[in-house]
Amino acid sequence: MTTLTAACAFGVIAVLIFVLGYIAFQGISSLSWQFLVQTPKPVGEGGGIGNAIVGSLILLGLASCVGIPLGIIIGTYLAEMGDGWFGTIVRFVADTMIGIPSIVFGVFVYAVVVLQQGYFSTLAGALSLALIMIPIVTRTTEEMVRLVPKSMREGALALGAPQWRVTKDIVIPAAMTGIATGAMLAVARVLGETAPLLFTAFGSRFYNIYLDEPMASMTVQIYNYAISPFEEWHAKAWAATLVLVTLILFINIIVRFLTRRKY
Amino acid sequence: MEHRIIDQQLDLLRDKLLLLGGTTEAALERAMRSLTARDSDLAREVLEGDKIIDQMELDIDRFSVEILALQQPAAHDLRFVISVAKITPILERIADHAGSIAEAALILNDEPELKKYIDLPLMAENAAEMLRTALDAFTSEDAAASRRVIEQDKVIDKCYHRVFDELITMMIDNPVTTASAAHLLFVAKHLERIGDYVKDICELNVYLTEAAFIKHSPRLEAA
Amino acid sequence: MSKISVSDLNFFYGKAQALHDISIDIPEREVVAFIGPSGCGKSTFLRTLNRMNDTIPIARVEGKVMIDGKDVYEPNTDVASLRRKVGMVFQKSNPFPKSIFENVAYGIRINGIHKNRADLYERVEKALNDAALLGEVKDRMNTSAFGLSGGQQQRLCIARALAVQPEVILMDEPASALDPIATQKIEELIVELKKQYTIAIVTHNMQQAARVSDRTAFFMLGKLVEVNPTQKMFTNPDEKLTEDYITGRFG
Repeated sequence: MTTLTAACAFGVIAVLIFVLGYIAFQGISSLSWQFLVQTPKPVGEGGGIGNAIVGSLILLGLASCVGIPLGIIIGTYLAEMGDGWFGTIVRFVADTMIGIPSIVFGVFVYAVVVLQQGYFSTLAGALSLALIMIPIVTRTTEEMVRLVPKSMREGALALGAPQWRVTKDIVIPAAMTGIATGAMLAVARVLGETAPLLFTAFGSRFYNIYLDEPMASMTVQIYNYAISPFEEWHAKAWAATLVLVTLILFINIIVRFLTRRKY
Repeated sequence: MEHRIIDQQLDLLRDKLLLLGGTTEAALERAMRSLTARDSDLAREVLEGDKIIDQMELDIDRFSVEILALQQPAAHDLRFVISVAKITPILERIADHAGSIAEAALILNDEPELKKYIDLPLMAENAAEMLRTALDAFTSEDAAASRRVIEQDKVIDKCYHRVFDELITMMIDNPVTTASAAHLLFVAKHLERIGDYVKDICELNVYLTEAAFIKHSPRLEAA
Repeated sequence: MSKISVSDLNFFYGKAQALHDISIDIPEREVVAFIGPSGCGKSTFLRTLNRMNDTIPIARVEGKVMIDGKDVYEPNTDVASLRRKVGMVFQKSNPFPKSIFENVAYGIRINGIHKNRADLYERVEKALNDAALLGEVKDRMNTSAFGLSGGQQQRLCIARALAVQPEVILMDEPASALDPIATQKIEELIVELKKQYTIAIVTHNMQQAARVSDRTAFFMLGKLVEVNPTQKMFTNPDEKLTEDYITGRFG
C-alpha cells in the first residue's frame, strides 16, 4: 500500500517536474532583461512582454481587491449563518458559478459592460476575473471556517463576546491559513485565464495604467505569440509562459510566508 | 449489571469473615468445655488453634486493603468493607480471650475442683449465643437483631457481678481457695469482655445497614 | 440567599425534553459536582446556567434560573454580561489561535475591563497566577498557546475565564482529557478557587467529584435524582438509584 501510494505521488511529481522543465527548456533561450521590460515589436525586431506583466498584475490586483474580500465575507456568512434557505441558494449559485467555463464570464461582461460602454477596458477585464474568483474563495472560505472547532467559538462566547466578534477575532484568524490557500487557488486560476480577457481587457501593445482603456495581459500576449506563424514568436510565447509560471510560484510562496501559522 | 467484579470480592470477604467468626465461636466453646470438663488436652488444642486465627485476621486485613485500593468501593460497598475490617480484630480479640480461658483451664484443672460450675457456663453460653446471633445479623444485615443482641449484653454483665460477688465471698470464707478463685474471676472477666466485644460487632452492623454511628450514644442505642 | 437558584427548570431540544423539573440551590462559594451517566442532562443543565444553549436554535427553556436573584432568562437579560459573570471551562481545552498573553487578554479586551496597557498586563498576570500557570509561562507569554501541554492549556482556559472576573465558574468535565498529574493540578486549583468563586463542575470521574465538591447532584434521564453533601452521597445516599450508580451497578 505504502509502495503504491508512494509510486503515485512520485508519478504526479514527475509529470509536474517534466512540464516545468519543458517550459523552462523551451523558454529560457528567449528570456532576457529586454524581454521583461519591452513592449511587443514586429517580428525580427525583438520586443517583449513588459506591458503584459504590468497589465496582468493590475488586472489581478483589481480583481483580487473585489473578489477575495467579497468571497471571504460570503463564505463566512455561509459557514456561520447560512443554514437557512437563503444560504442554500447562495451556496448553490456559488457551486454553479464554479462549474461555468470562464469564457462565459467574458461574454457576460462583454455584453453587460463592454457593449454598453462601447470600448474594451481594464475594469471590464478585472470584473470578469473577479466573477471567477468570488465563488472559489466563497466555497473554500466556507469549508475552512466550518473546520474551526465549535469548542473554540464556545470559548469566546463564554467570555461574553458577541457573535460578530467571535467570528472576526477567533474564527477567521483560526481559518486564515486555509482561507489564504483558497484565495491563492483563485489568484492562480485567474492569472492563467485568457478567454474572459479577450472579450474584456482585449489586449494592448503599450504600457498603460488607465482603467478605462484596453489592457495587455500575459495570457493574451502568450496567445497572440503562440498563434502566430513565426518561429521567433513561438519562442517568445514559451518565455512568457515561463515568466507566468514563475510569477504564480512566487505569489504562492509569498502568501504562504505571510499567512504561515504564527500560533 | 448485577455481576460486578467487586461483588465476587465482597462475597469472598464475607466468607472469610464468617469463617473467622465460626472458628472464634468454636474456640470459645472448646475453651469453656476444657474448663468445665477438666480436659487439659482440649485446652492445649485451643491455644494451638489461636495461631490459625491470627493468620486469618492478617489475611482479611490484607484483602480489605486490597479491595479498598483496587475496587474503590462507595456507599454500601464501602461501609461493608469498613465494617469487616473493623470486626476482624474484634473477633481476633475474642479468640484471644478464649485462649486466656484455656490457659486458666490448664492451671485450674491441676487443682481440686472448687465447686460445680453453674454461672460461668451460663455466661459462656450467653456470650456464645450473642456472638452467633451477631454474626448472623451481620450476614443478613438485620439491624433490629443487632440491637436485641446489644440489649442481651446486660444479662452477661449482671451474671458477671453475681459470679464476682460469689467468688469474693468464697475467697474471704476460705482463703485456701484464693488462687483458684482468682483464676475463675479472670475467666468471668474474659466472658464479660467478650460480651462487650460482641456489642461492638452489633454496632458495626447497624453502621453497615443504616449508616448510623450508634457507638458512644446511649440514646440511639436504646432506639 | 443562594448564588444560584434554579426552580422547575424544563429544557427541550425541539420536542424532546432533556431536563425535567430541575430545582436546586447553590450557595455562594460552594463547589457542587454534577454526576450521572452519559446523556443524563448534566452538561445540558450546566449550560443553561450561562445560556450557552442559546446557540442551539431548537432549544427551549421553561422555568427559572436565578443568579443573584435575577432570572437569567428574562427577555432583557444581557447575555454577554451574564456570561462574563458566569465563566465556563470546557471539556476539551480550547485556547484561541493566539499567544498565551492574548488568550488571557481577549476576554478583558472585549469587555473593556482594563484601564490601560499596564492594567491589562497586571490583570493577565494575576489571572495566570490564580490559575497556577504563571510560573510555567511567564518567560514565553508571546508564544503560541498551542505549544502548551494539555494540562497547561486547560489551566490557560481557566485563567482566561478568571480574567474577566466572574463570580461563578462552570466546568464541563475539565479534566477528562488529562493525565492523572494534570488532573490533580486542576483539582487542587478547584479547591483553591472555591475560596473566591462559586463552582459547578460536571464530571464522569466520581472520585473527582468526591475529592473536590462540597455537594454532589446525581442526574439521571434528565431528572435530578438526588443532591446531598458529597460525604453523605458517597457513604450513604438517600436514593437507591444513586447508590446503584456510584457503586457501578449500572453503566
